[in-house]
Amino acid sequence: MALVVPVGRASRKRPARKRGTFTPLLLLAPAMLWLTIFFVIPTFSLASQSLQTGDIDNGFTLTWHFQTYADALSRYWPQFLRSLVFAGSATLITLLVGYPLAWFIAHRSGPFKTMLLVLVIAPFFTNFLIRTLAWITILTDNGPVTGFFRATGLINVLRWLGLVGNDTLLYSPFAVIAGLAYNFLPFMVLPLYTSLERMDMRLLDAAGDLYANGWQTFWKVIWPLSLPGVVSGTLLTFIPAAGDFINSKLLGNTQTTMIGQVIDAQFLRVLDYPMAAALSFILMATIIVMVGLYVRAAGTEELV
Amino acid sequence: MRWLRKNLIVIIGLLVMAYILIPNIVVVVFSFNKPAGHYNYEWSQFSLDAWLDPCGAPGMCDALGLSLWIGIASATISTIMGTMAAFALGRYRFIGRSFTNLLVFFPMATPEVVMGASLLTLFISMGLESGQTTILIAHILFTVSFVITTVKARVASLDPALEQAAADLYATPAQTFWKVTFPLVAPGIGAGALLAFALSFDDYIVTNFNAGATTLTFPMFVWGASQRGTPVQINVIGTVMFLGAVAIVGIAQAIGARRRKVDA
Repeated sequence: MALVVPVGRASRKRPARKRGTFTPLLLLAPAMLWLTIFFVIPTFSLASQSLQTGDIDNGFTLTWHFQTYADALSRYWPQFLRSLVFAGSATLITLLVGYPLAWFIAHRSGPFKTMLLVLVIAPFFTNFLIRTLAWITILTDNGPVTGFFRATGLINVLRWLGLVGNDTLLYSPFAVIAGLAYNFLPFMVLPLYTSLERMDMRLLDAAGDLYANGWQTFWKVIWPLSLPGVVSGTLLTFIPAAGDFINSKLLGNTQTTMIGQVIDAQFLRVLDYPMAAALSFILMATIIVMVGLYVRAAGTEELV
Repeated sequence: MRWLRKNLIVIIGLLVMAYILIPNIVVVVFSFNKPAGHYNYEWSQFSLDAWLDPCGAPGMCDALGLSLWIGIASATISTIMGTMAAFALGRYRFIGRSFTNLLVFFPMATPEVVMGASLLTLFISMGLESGQTTILIAHILFTVSFVITTVKARVASLDPALEQAAADLYATPAQTFWKVTFPLVAPGIGAGALLAFALSFDDYIVTNFNAGATTLTFPMFVWGASQRGTPVQINVIGTVMFLGAVAIVGIAQAIGARRRKVDA
């Protein structure tokens, strides 16, 4: 059986062993069976569900009713657009604040490196709902954060941008985006840290010797080398943020509804399964297409 | 001015650390609160009540126990399956390997609500009643890809010369695996297992789809509380989890750092 060829220099030198032939298939079997039964098959049944008509009492039948997709888009396009904009903004914020933090931990934190990494990872293990609820306290109306935004006039800037409705920070698009950025920040910092940490610092000296200024050094040396981290980080942030509805439900208002919230409600409360399935499919397709284009543009396949 | 330019990155870094940590600090501080109303969002007065009676919120500790059990069970199963798959993907080339990699990647690229919804459709059509079993199945599903990715990276970075050296010294394949390969891959497996547990323990969206009417995990309890009134005990659990996480991750990092030092 020539199906399987061991990888690696050393293994190629080893005399060919019959034993190796079936090993990977056996090793893969449990995980792949699990993924097939509980991921691939449900995806197809979701596809079928989205093309059915009927109701919860009389059951659903497959009628290839593509109209559901058109209805889904025409009725819920604002929520789709909002999800993409919110998730995109949150991703951009995590990149902007996560990059300096990752650089700081990787190269400037000295003996505190391990401690800082621990403090970035630890929130992973603390329930994210509890931490999101803490934002209600932080952004409360008579709290210091709102006070600061009012005193500096920043709140007027936010209102001009349409990120807050009136004089308060809580229950606004601003709060939702800040919450999303906060929740997914570690997913951005860790891949960035990994790619910045293994960067050879002598490259910076070399750039300096060749008369590059600080900006040129960053843009022509550091940034290109950190691209794999940037790509993994943005994907790990954008994908869950686009489907999230916890932040928009806890920190937002009725005007900040995201698409995840609509899917959740259609499935569990309205019980319109075809509509919910169609919405899920549109969301999944949008994300996969965007991720595909993005990964191709960035020219890296590190994550896959 | 020069000083500022030189240390700007440190200042920004510390500010971002504050952004990360302030919510956790709020959780800790408010575990000592005695709120005036049903919601624990505004400071009222200092109290140890919640710490002295951590299970005082009805149903919370049962939900916590269930989440711990599901977290440990799903992390164990997905770590075993994921490690096996990672060795296959990291070691061998075979037909369908890139397809397999794609199959591993897709669940990570699927939004949680889509995964929860599609699982629910499957369970309904299978006639499987929602409850602990369906939660466990779902959690293994969305953690196994993360385990595979984490362990695969470690397997791929192994120096094949080490295993060859073991073979040259007359180690049997089994001895080579358990005395050389496994200890070298173990940190990756440990990281994968921790990640799987954290993802499972923290999950609300997928769980809510597949839990049914009577099964309640800890995140579901917190969600329900956020709609009806948040008991202070939630913050006590949040505090314990945060400090526990700092301890566990700290120990893991320290071991890793020492290992790296020994290697060097």
